[in-house]
Amino acid sequence: MEEKKRQRELEKQRIQELLAQYRGVWVFIEAKGSKVEPVSLELLGAGRTLADKLGVELAGILIGDQVEGLAPTLFAYGADLVYVVDAPIYHHYRTEPFMKAFLHVAEKYKPEIVLFGATTNGKDLASAVATDLKTGLTADTTILDINVEERLLEASRPAFGGNIMATILCKTNRPQMATVRPKVMKALEPDYSRQGRIIREEVDVKEEEIHTKIIDIILESNKKANLEEADIIVAGGKGLGDEKGFQLVHQLAEVLGAGVGATRDVVEAGWISHPHQIGQTGITVTPKIYIAIGISGAVQHIVGMQNSGMIIAINKDPNAPIFDVATYGIVGDAFEIVPKLIEELKTRLYGVVQHA
Amino acid sequence: MHILVCVKQVPDTKNAKLDPVTHTLDRRSTTAITNPDDTHAVEEAVRLKKRYGGTVSVLTMGPPQAVATMRHCVQLGADRGFMISDRAFAGADTLATSYALSQAIEKIAREYEPIDLVITGKMTIDGDTGQVGPGIARRLDIPPLTGILKVEEIDVEKKKIRVHRKIEGGYEILESTLPALITVDKSINKVSRASLPNMIRAARYQPVIWSVNDLEGIDRNQLGLKGSPTVVGRIFPPPKPTGGKKLEGPVENQVKELTEILLQRPEWIKKRA
Repeated sequence: MEEKKRQRELEKQRIQELLAQYRGVWVFIEAKGSKVEPVSLELLGAGRTLADKLGVELAGILIGDQVEGLAPTLFAYGADLVYVVDAPIYHHYRTEPFMKAFLHVAEKYKPEIVLFGATTNGKDLASAVATDLKTGLTADTTILDINVEERLLEASRPAFGGNIMATILCKTNRPQMATVRPKVMKALEPDYSRQGRIIREEVDVKEEEIHTKIIDIILESNKKANLEEADIIVAGGKGLGDEKGFQLVHQLAEVLGAGVGATRDVVEAGWISHPHQIGQTGITVTPKIYIAIGISGAVQHIVGMQNSGMIIAINKDPNAPIFDVATYGIVGDAFEIVPKLIEELKTRLYGVVQHA
Repeated sequence: MHILVCVKQVPDTKNAKLDPVTHTLDRRSTTAITNPDDTHAVEEAVRLKKRYGGTVSVLTMGPPQAVATMRHCVQLGADRGFMISDRAFAGADTLATSYALSQAIEKIAREYEPIDLVITGKMTIDGDTGQVGPGIARRLDIPPLTGILKVEEIDVEKKKIRVHRKIEGGYEILESTLPALITVDKSINKVSRASLPNMIRAARYQPVIWSVNDLEGIDRNQLGLKGSPTVVGRIFPPPKPTGGKKLEGPVENQVKELTEILLQRPEWIKKRA
């Protein structure tokens, strides 16, 4: 018994010593051309809070081709230092070279926390490097916190189709890694007088060792609904009656320059195409403002929009579950309210009322 | 060509009920289904087999009742199924799962035939992480190609694959050497209806089932709860957005108030030219 207890203590001590070698909070910076992805700036804001609480530095890790010039932007948004791996082989994102570069820098400087944007490439890279680092990775985090005493990242995420939130911990391995959904965290107001350090790293990766090649990149953003990037989304549900009623959604969206969303039954009824479907079997959106018209608020829809900055619900039924998640609710007839709202907005935004 | 598809039996979260007190899944309320994205992975493998010839194997990790998912895959056209089933695998997070599955894949490649392509669904509806596919690729040291919308071409001779991979705002055309692992987006295909011969075959189909003891040289410390660095600290109901204010009064006032709210941040509004 005594022996076992002693061994457990030794093991605990060994882990503690191992974990103590890791310090600092990192954000993986996604950059396309000369532009930093908004999610990376948002994560610098979230990372700043974590780093301050832990009393450590916040670093950006920037991998790309001629990207070093982005460092001042990262300082402005909160980074104390930036690790830069800059070479032509990183011109396009590819898992293998990015992974090798990331592993090289992470193994050398040992961060205790690394945040990635939950984007296509952010998730791809995070999954690959977490496997090689043999550490824990929490996907699609929406709430980040820290247990300062144990230096433990508390990454919370929706589970079981959004029915509950689960806080995921990684107690015995480092770094603690998480992907974080875009538009959930807030970027700091940029301060371009902030300075920082640049640490350049060279990584030995040769093109002949890489198994993949990008042949072409085809962007079709204007063809798609592109709701993931919309600041405002106006969405409609079955409460609008028919396809003609659904035009109200298009009209309001037009005035606000907003994206158009719909519930599953609206898409199934054929009032609008599938790329506009929001929810569990459609897409997840996090606009700054989500206006739900005639949407009762089934769980499957709620999981796709509940992380919106502000939710405005207009519905006849005062007991509709959409009001449970709405920031502002209007109980009433959309056919009376929305046309008045459109008119009011037109006057305020465009100075004229354009009667049809 | 030997294509191996990893699949998972999952609770149907769409109809899942939660225990209102513990906020855990009430398993009695759910039915077990094949993870929807994985059915697209099997469908794609079967389609590729029709184009290029070969064999489609499916692999799952799960409890004995996951045999139902193996049979479902045979209905969809898979040639053979493998299951790894053992208490030692229970409680695995994505890191431990990718380790266990990759050990089984190496055994299949060794004892049956080498594998040219591994396909998985993009993510499961119970875990929602999308991390197991890329994890397996890393364990096998083959390139992970995630979120594939289309397999354009496979050159069986030269061992090359050309795919369309979803990226923000479009897609990229990517070429890779084989063997490789692809995770498929559900838009890649429409899952076909099971044919009668496949249904008859599936009804009595028995997959190969391995316990942890059958996986020679496996490191038990990397399996199940022991091999899982992540733990669930706590669970709680989703937070509600702050506010929750109902606008009152005559419609005109409500509309005015709502207009003020919408105009708080004019930069969010994209005015028409």
